Amino acid sequence: MSVPSPSRSRSPSLSAPTPPAPGAPGMKGARAMKRTPAKVRALRLAGGAGQYLALACYLIFLGFPLLWLLSTSFKTARELGSLDPAWLPRHPGLDNYRAAFDAQPLLRSALNSLVVACAASLISVTVAVPAAYALARHRSLVGRASSVWILVSQTFPFVLVIIPLFLVLKNLRLIDSIAGLIAVYVVWNLPFSLWMLQGYVKAVPPSLEEAAAIDGAGRVRTLVSVVLPLLAPGLVATLMFSFVTAWNEFFFALVLLKSPENQTMSVILTRFLGAEGVADLGPLAAASVLATIPGLVFFALLQRRLVGGMLAGAVKA
Amino acid sequence: MRTLLPGAATTLALSLLAGCGAAPDTTADGEIRLEFLSLAWQKESVEANKRLVRQWNEDHPGVQVRYVQGSWDSVHDQLLTSFLGGEAPDIIHDDASDLTDFAHGGYLADLTPYLPKRLRDDIPQESWETTSYDEGVYGVPFLQEPRVLIANTKLLKGSGVRLPTAQRPWTWQDFEDISKKLTRDVDGDGRTDTYGVAWAMKEPVAQSVNLALSTGGKVFTKDGDGKNRIRYDTAESSVPELVRRQVNEDRTAPRNGLGMSGSDTLPGFFGGRYAMLPLNFSYRQQVRQQAPEGFGWTVLPMPGDSTGLTQGVAPQTLSVSRDSAHKKAAVDFIAYLNQADHQVELATGDWLLPTSREALKDPAVNTRRYGWRTGVDIAAGLRPSPVLGVLGFAEWKDKIATPAYQEYYNGALGTDELRTRLVADGNRILDRYQR
Repeated sequence: MSVPSPSRSRSPSLSAPTPPAPGAPGMKGARAMKRTPAKVRALRLAGGAGQYLALACYLIFLGFPLLWLLSTSFKTARELGSLDPAWLPRHPGLDNYRAAFDAQPLLRSALNSLVVACAASLISVTVAVPAAYALARHRSLVGRASSVWILVSQTFPFVLVIIPLFLVLKNLRLIDSIAGLIAVYVVWNLPFSLWMLQGYVKAVPPSLEEAAAIDGAGRVRTLVSVVLPLLAPGLVATLMFSFVTAWNEFFFALVLLKSPENQTMSVILTRFLGAEGVADLGPLAAASVLATIPGLVFFALLQRRLVGGMLAGAVKA
Repeated sequence: MRTLLPGAATTLALSLLAGCGAAPDTTADGEIRLEFLSLAWQKESVEANKRLVRQWNEDHPGVQVRYVQGSWDSVHDQLLTSFLGGEAPDIIHDDASDLTDFAHGGYLADLTPYLPKRLRDDIPQESWETTSYDEGVYGVPFLQEPRVLIANTKLLKGSGVRLPTAQRPWTWQDFEDISKKLTRDVDGDGRTDTYGVAWAMKEPVAQSVNLALSTGGKVFTKDGDGKNRIRYDTAESSVPELVRRQVNEDRTAPRNGLGMSGSDTLPGFFGGRYAMLPLNFSYRQQVRQQAPEGFGWTVLPMPGDSTGLTQGVAPQTLSVSRDSAHKKAAVDFIAYLNQADHQVELATGDWLLPTSREALKDPAVNTRRYGWRTGVDIAAGLRPSPVLGVLGFAEWKDKIATPAYQEYYNGALGTDELRTRLVADGNRILDRYQR
């Protein structure tokens, strides 16, 4: 790869015969003048290395808790009580996983969580797409008021809505029901999903839709054949957000579900906590590792769709 | 609104699909159905609870109990929502400190008319007082958790100190002196290698208040009008002053221990950094599970003064929801769980102490193994925690007492400043709840 030489035009002080005094405006330009291609290459290499180093630090920062969790899940109870913790388990074993499966219905709760998270994310995105399109394309007083209301609704804390919500669901006979929890998550996720998708819709140039209209496509056809494919990254991002939110949500699931056969993973995980913060640490770590897997798989499957630049060159600037 | 409509439509659509709701209290053929929210935690205890429910259901076909597992971490919010929504379980496992608000809020049934005499007589009056408000009984106190000293046998024997018993306990002065004896700099580098004691004070309020009883203190008293007042005189401040002295002057307790939970102190205990740990009785399970092979440990009573081995406890309780349609049947089930042999099973499963006099005689809790016998020996000195029945305690604890005690133990506050904050600021909070 060729490295372009530093552009002369970048240096306003190139004409100065001698370097200006330190701190003078021409100092930067004079330094640039001295840079040889080798130096520039070295600087770029150092810059690249710095970027990778920063990225690696960030990855470690993000990944460390997960790796520590993984390591903890394979440690024995005695090792967990040791004064000098080791990075890797000294006597790795599956006892914590066995204990976790013995103690709680992990598979059943994982299945419940999966059903709830998939249904809630799919329904909320399905509902949000046309709503986001309408809000983004048809600017009116009602639309603006709706947008503000959606934003305001995001500020409501759980505790404010939980009692009225509980009563509404009770009247609908949806307490202790997976369907009820899905409905709650759909409604709860909808405002943010709408806001997310609205931004993506706005990024699609209206001229593309006009072109489709000129070609004879109706509103629905335009939405399905032109807008929707271009929204793919937005749909994926919104799906992921909704899925992860529903998968991790605890309080609604705790309050609304009672039957053991209905409970979700996040509720089951708290069973490994005793009074006054005492935890059954090994099995808790093992169950937590298992709880992260579906999210990782979901992300791995969808992340390829998270691409940018789909609209590049779609219209003339 | 546009966004709410699809949500509402979805809710309605799903409601049609769901078609299932709460099970009725009574079936068409007259069978009573009860829901039992249990907070049993250890595997053995959960199994014991489920086994007893199964046995009950087999023996009582007309009253079927459904076991629902809850967790300590979230039970208050879960119950509060269920009470307000009219969907609370019939039988509720909780602890006495949580009952204050629920009983005063009118969510729990007064069990007085339903309690069988056998059960009333078998549990000591001191325990009943932990769940009694305004002449009503709102829960059956069935498991309790005193504070004990878990000690490193080798270090204790090496120092030549006399081991305390319930009959001949250490005084607090003995405890302070022995902590000094156990604190050592083995390699002579000027740094302490072994501390006599580690005070886990992440949650300082309950233990500070409950241990005040061991020196004749109360912290919460009632004035002439029957209103709760906070008192913090010599009797109340004696143990906290000792802890502060150990951390800041004697250096027989590590400062970093103050920020730890009980579990956090265990690795240091196993590693010989701390010779003694004041911990709740059930921590013995973790010690047994995590202690290195060959590690010797013992369970000792907390020190006491002239009042003997007195300390405050807030027992675990079994209550009945006021909305339950079958209170008598629910109390019958509670009485069944509290038959002495059943209570022993539940207690040993969670490494706790039963309240039943008969259960305390059971060989399973009268063994020296894992310090069970120490618990039984000190049971007679257990009294209701002073915090029980005090409306506004939770707010006082969170806003005033927790930060004040933490600063005090760290040496940032003096005793007078602590008193001012606990009493003057605290009484203002209590007044709001007692108008």
